[in-house]
Amino acid sequence: MEWIDFALYFLIALVVLCLYRVIKGPTVADRVVAIEILGIIVVGICVILSISTGRAFMIDIGIAWIILSFIGTLTMAKYLGRRRLDE
Amino acid sequence: MNNLISNIFIGIGLIFSLMGCIGLIRLPDIYNRLQAATKCVTLGACCILVSLVIRYGFNDSGIKGLFAIPVLFFTSTVGAHSLIRGAHIFGIKLWEKSIIDDYEADGYGHSSSTENQKELSDEIS
Repeated sequence: MEWIDFALYFLIALVVLCLYRVIKGPTVADRVVAIEILGIIVVGICVILSISTGRAFMIDIGIAWIILSFIGTLTMAKYLGRRRLDE
Repeated sequence: MNNLISNIFIGIGLIFSLMGCIGLIRLPDIYNRLQAATKCVTLGACCILVSLVIRYGFNDSGIKGLFAIPVLFFTSTVGAHSLIRGAHIFGIKLWEKSIIDDYEADGYGHSSSTENQKELSDEIS
């Protein structure tokens, strides 16, 4: 097995670990944290796929995923802090 | 030679990501989990991006990877900080063996925030 393929399968296994925390997490903040970590790992998967297939556009998917995950996390933080979105 | 260094950086990134996920599974409460997971996994993903830059140099793929590193660093840390602040205000309990809570002691925690919320609702009404 190539080293790049091994890295890809390894990161997919880590995504499964994060999904365990998403399903089991006792509070809502646990689930949001697990989703954020899952997004960062997906960026790693996109980079490994870009190396494996030799196409540059996978990095764009990773950057878009980082920024959307950031917006979602900030929205959930505002919601948990019981503040309005324009404050 | 570049491929060898790039593979070594991928291995470092995988190890850090594994440590972060083990912390996410094993640690007792939300604050410990976030401080273990966010730092380790961010550093792991940045190591993988550095391996991309080393492997391809400064062509289009490498420049995109170089741009993604500071974006990943700043968005991850700012998001984690604001999320943990929101969780503390929301009133999620610390682990029962935690011995110190400076944020609560300074008056920004759960109890004082509910008082502030009452004052705010009084002002609105």
